Amino acid sequence: MIVRELDLDLDAFEGPFDLLLTLVLKEEVDLADVDVAGIVVRFLERLAEREELDLDACGEFLVLVAALLELKARGLFEDEPAELADLEPEEAAEELARRLAEYRRMKEAAGWLAERLSTERDRFFRIGPAPLAPQPERRLAPQDPEALANVVRLLAAEPPTVSLAHMELRFPPVAQFLERFRALLTRRSRFDFDSELDGLSRAEQAVAFLALLELRRANEISISQAAPFAPIRVSRVGEESAAVNERTQTWNARSA
Amino acid sequence: MERPLRLVTANPLDQLARTIEALLVVANAPLPVEELIAATEDDQERVEMALGLLAERYHEGRSGIVLESVAGGWAFRASRAAAEACGRLFERPVQRGLSQASLETLAIIAYLGPVTRPEIARIRGVAADSAVAGLTERGLITEAGREDGAHGGAVKYKTTPMFERVFGLESLSELPRLDDLPGDVDDLRERLHAVAEQRSA
Repeated sequence: MIVRELDLDLDAFEGPFDLLLTLVLKEEVDLADVDVAGIVVRFLERLAEREELDLDACGEFLVLVAALLELKARGLFEDEPAELADLEPEEAAEELARRLAEYRRMKEAAGWLAERLSTERDRFFRIGPAPLAPQPERRLAPQDPEALANVVRLLAAEPPTVSLAHMELRFPPVAQFLERFRALLTRRSRFDFDSELDGLSRAEQAVAFLALLELRRANEISISQAAPFAPIRVSRVGEESAAVNERTQTWNARSA
Repeated sequence: MERPLRLVTANPLDQLARTIEALLVVANAPLPVEELIAATEDDQERVEMALGLLAERYHEGRSGIVLESVAGGWAFRASRAAAEACGRLFERPVQRGLSQASLETLAIIAYLGPVTRPEIARIRGVAADSAVAGLTERGLITEAGREDGAHGGAVKYKTTPMFERVFGLESLSELPRLDDLPGDVDDLRERLHAVAEQRSA
């Protein structure tokens, strides 16, 4: 049986094995599309048709399929610098020879080591834990008792008291400001938030702002500010719509 | 019978030799000459002369203890004649059951080290993880920094003094030159070229 003439009928290719190899090497067929297992099965079928085992063909087939699989694997993992696959066949052969030779030498070296090991088999020597190196004695520098006392005094000094002022902050209830702003808005349709804050403590100002947010959330007021850090203007919401509502209600009442 | 008293003239070199002898008995790894000089607080020439004296005394066939220069230092070992008896009493776990894969990995590290596991795998064509782990456990190889010096690089391995000792090498330079090992490169090259020609034809 001639492996190169093996007839293939694959999804990606139909024809003799030889041609497939040529097309793959010329990159006219993408190996990623080639079902290598299909090639193996086809070969096994052909092998089974024959009565005696053709060892030469098996060997050749193994070499070719192995090469094909290596190429395919390299193609599938392109991150790896494509080495052999990128090279011309002659260069690839040279590279492969170099690698094989390197491995063979290492194998020879391993053989040398094995032989050495057997001739040195009768060398017995002491193996123990690493010896303890003598620890250099650490001597203290001469000390002045007064200096030591000074250091201890520093350590013994009372630590500065921690300020607890922030824990005594009194926050007025938000409701207080809610009422205040609502009252304000019944008298005036709009007011300047910043001027209302005059004379208030920092904590009170914060609560006043919370109250403002609360009113806005309840849609009782609208807030505007011309620019960042500009005065915040607060106005009653729906002045007009409220008026419209009133009118609608009157109209409804009339029509009813 | 009582020996007649005799005047012993103190031979300083002999005294030094005795001190070195004591140091070598205490040590569990070969002691380099420099360490012997530091411990005896003597000079190099005299230490080397004393070592020569000891080497003559502790010689294969003369004594049960043999002084040898190994792994970059001096150490005592059992004489080969006593090996069988030693074997009945002690194991040599470091050497026992070194597989072909381990020996190949060891050879690569000995010749090309410091070398990383991926490099070993590239040469052998299979992952070297278990062989490297086994050799490390036996104390024949050890880590020798990382690639690129940073923390991200692969760990590099080199052989230990224990390797040289187990294989009876004074140093790694005693390994046969790689070029002297047959690689059959020409034969391989010819065969591969033939295949390449056929394929590209």
